[in-house]
Amino acid sequence: MFEIIAKQELAPNIKWIKVKAPLVARNAKPGQFVVIRLHERGERIPLTLFRWDKDEGTIELVFQEVGKTTYELGTYEVGDAIADVVGPLGRPTHIENFGTAVVVSGGVGAPIGYSITKALKEAGNYVISIIGFRNKQLVILEDEFREVSDELLITTDDGSYVRKGFTTDVLSELLESGRKVDYVFTVGPVIMMKKVADITRKYGIRTYASLNPIMVDGTGMCGACRVTVGGQVVFACVAGPDFDAHQVDFDELMKRLAMYREEEKLALEGFLQVGVVRG
Amino acid sequence: MSTEFKRREVKKVRVPVPEQDPHVRIRNFNEVALGYSLEQAIEEASRCIQCHVKVAPCIRDCPVLVNVPGFIRKMLEGDMKGALEVIMETNSLPGITGRVCPQEEQCEMNCIMGKLGDKINIGKLERFVADYAREHGIRPEVKISPPTGKRVAVVGSGPAGLTVAADLRKMGHEVVIFEALHEPGGVLVYGIPEFRLPKEIVRYEVEFLKSMGVRIYTDVVIGKTLSLYDLLEEFDAVFLGTGAGTPNFLNVPGVNCLGIYSANEFLTRINLMKAYLFPEYDTPVKRGRRLAVIGGGNTAMDAARSGLRIGYEEVYILYRRTKEFMTARIEEVAHAEEEGVKFMFLVNPVAFKCDENGWVKAVTLIRNELGEPDETGRRRPVPIPGSEFDLEVDAVVIAIGQRPNRILYQEVPELEVTRQGTIVVDERYRTTLKGVFAGGDAIRGEATVVLAMGDGKKAALSIDEYLRTGEWPERITPMKIAATE
Repeated sequence: MFEIIAKQELAPNIKWIKVKAPLVARNAKPGQFVVIRLHERGERIPLTLFRWDKDEGTIELVFQEVGKTTYELGTYEVGDAIADVVGPLGRPTHIENFGTAVVVSGGVGAPIGYSITKALKEAGNYVISIIGFRNKQLVILEDEFREVSDELLITTDDGSYVRKGFTTDVLSELLESGRKVDYVFTVGPVIMMKKVADITRKYGIRTYASLNPIMVDGTGMCGACRVTVGGQVVFACVAGPDFDAHQVDFDELMKRLAMYREEEKLALEGFLQVGVVRG
Repeated sequence: MSTEFKRREVKKVRVPVPEQDPHVRIRNFNEVALGYSLEQAIEEASRCIQCHVKVAPCIRDCPVLVNVPGFIRKMLEGDMKGALEVIMETNSLPGITGRVCPQEEQCEMNCIMGKLGDKINIGKLERFVADYAREHGIRPEVKISPPTGKRVAVVGSGPAGLTVAADLRKMGHEVVIFEALHEPGGVLVYGIPEFRLPKEIVRYEVEFLKSMGVRIYTDVVIGKTLSLYDLLEEFDAVFLGTGAGTPNFLNVPGVNCLGIYSANEFLTRINLMKAYLFPEYDTPVKRGRRLAVIGGGNTAMDAARSGLRIGYEEVYILYRRTKEFMTARIEEVAHAEEEGVKFMFLVNPVAFKCDENGWVKAVTLIRNELGEPDETGRRRPVPIPGSEFDLEVDAVVIAIGQRPNRILYQEVPELEVTRQGTIVVDERYRTTLKGVFAGGDAIRGEATVVLAMGDGKKAALSIDEYLRTGEWPERITPMKIAATE
C-alpha cells in the first residue's frame, strides 16, 4: 500500500498528491510514469511523474478528474493509501544541451512539461516554456514553471488570463519571428501535440512528444498502448512514452484514446451517483 | 474407505469427470471440470496397476518427476495427507498442475494401462488430492533445512519462479520473489481463465509458499523499479523467470483498429482485472456480437471461450492450418467446440477493416492450402491467390504467440540473449552473467506451465550448488532447447 502524505487542489478538478513510494522515487527520471491501481476492484491507469524526492521516498502526481478512477482518487485524503503504485516506467526523456529548447505543454500535460523544462534547464539549455489552459481558473504550476524557465508564455483558450489563444499560436509566432529554436518538447492534449508537430516540421526542428495512450500493465505485456511511429507499430509503455513527434500517427492515437468512451461514461456516472465507494 | 490396498480386477474404462453443462457454463466463469468426488477418485485410483517406481513411465515423463504410483497408493490407503506429501516432495503447486498440465503428453502418455484400456486420469487425481487437502484444511509437513545464510532473488512469480523459490527455500536459503504485477502467479493469474484455473487455487498455493518463508514483493518491475545489478548487490544469486510476455501482432494493415486485442490484453482484462464484472470492477473490455480469435493454441481457446462468457454470440477461431495441427490441448478444443466456438481452418488474415471511428468491422481472410512440410514438420500453409473474403466482426483477439519481455535486460549487456529474445543458458540454467540463472518461457520462448516448473526444479539444484561452491565457468555452453509451441 502506498500512503498519500499530502494533497492539494490546484484548480477545479485538478489535484496534486504526494505519495510514499521509496523505490519509485529512488530511480525516477524526467519523463517517466507510474501505473496505479486504487484498490481491489480498480483498474490500472498510467500517471506521469511530476516530482520526486529520493531522500524523503516520495513521488508527486498531478491529475485531472476526468474518469471514474481519477475522480475516485480525488476523494482519497491524506492518510489514505493507494493499493498499487508501479514504476518508474517508460524510458526517461532524452535530455542534453540542445541550445534553445521550447517546451509546449497544455492542461494536465503541464506537470510533465514542468519536469522536462527543469531537466532541460539543468542541462544548460535556454528554455522557453509555453503553457496553455482552457481558462484562468485552470492555470496551474505558474510559479514552478517561472522558476525553471528562461521565458514563460501563458495562454488561455478564452483569454481570461494573460493572452487569449492556443500554445500553438504562440509557438508559430515565435518561430515566424525568426527565433532560432533547436529543440521542441510537447506534452498535453493529442490535438495540441499534433499541431505542434505540424508547425515544427516546417522548420525542421527536432521535436519530441510524450504520448498518453491507454495502458494496462505498463511493462510491454499487453499491447494496449500501441502507437504507429514512422509506420512501425510500437508499444508506448516500453518504447516511449516519448517519440519523434514528426513520425507519430496522432490521428490513430486520438481514436485509440476514445476506445472506452462509453464504458468510461457508464463507470463515472455510476460512481458519481453512489458517491464515495472504497474497495 | 478401505484402509488397505486390495488388488482387484482392473476396470478398463476411466471414471468420467463431471463437468458443467456447456449451455450453463458459457454464462459463467466457474470451473468447467468439476473434479472427482471422493468415491470417484478412489475408483479411478484403484485402476492404477502400481508400476514399480523405477520403471513407471508416468514418473519418467513428468517434468517435475511426481511419484505418481506413490501418491495413488496413499490415496487408496485413505491417507490423503500422505498422498499430498508424496506429490509435494517434487511439486509445490499440485492444484495448479492438476488443472493445467498437458497430461496426455506427459505423465499419461505412456501409462501402461493404456495397453489394457484407458490410461489413468493422473491429472484429475492430482487435482483431487490438492483440492481435498485444501477443502479439509490438510497441510503437508514440509521439511525446511536449517538456514544457509544465502539469499536468492527470484524475478517473476509464474510457474518457474514459484517452483525455484519453493525448492530453494526447502534447501534452507532465503528467497525473495519480485513480481511486476499486483498479484503473484504470472501467467497463472493474467493468462489462464478462471474457468480453467480458479485464482483461489493460485492464491492458496502462493500462500503456502509464503508460509514456508518465501517473501513476495509485488509491484516491482526489475529493469525499472530496481535493476538486475541492484539485485546482484543484495543477493547471492538471481533467478530470472520473466516469462514470455510480449505479444506478437500481425504485420497487416489495420492492426491498430479499435477492438483488436492481443490475447494477453484481452485475457489480462478479463482474468486479472475481472472485466467480466464491469462496472462492478473498473476495467472494461469491448463487448459485441461477433468475435474472431486468430491462432490455434491453448491461448486462442482461452480467449475464444472467455469471449463467449462475456457475451459474444458468435466466436470464431481462425487458424491457418488444419485442425490436426492445432497446438491446443485436445481437451481444450473439445470444450471450445461443446461451448459453440466455430472453427475456420486454412485461413489467414491479410487485413483488418475499420469503420470511420476506427473500430474494426471486418477481417479480410485469404484461404490456404497445405504445401510441403516446414521446419516444424507440419505442412506449410500456402495462400491461394484471389481467395480473399471478409468476415464481419466486432472485435478481434490475436493469439499467435509471444516473445520474452526485454524490459529486464535492456540495460544488461553482459546477459546474452538470442535473436528471438530468449535468455541464453547452459545445461545448469546459468546465464552469461555470474550468479544469474534463468528458466521457463524466458529461455524457451513459449511453453507449458509444467515445463517451466521443471526448469525451476533443475535451476534450484544448480543454484544451490553455486551457493555452496561459488564456482562459475568463464564461458557457458548454451543448452539446446527443443522448439516448443
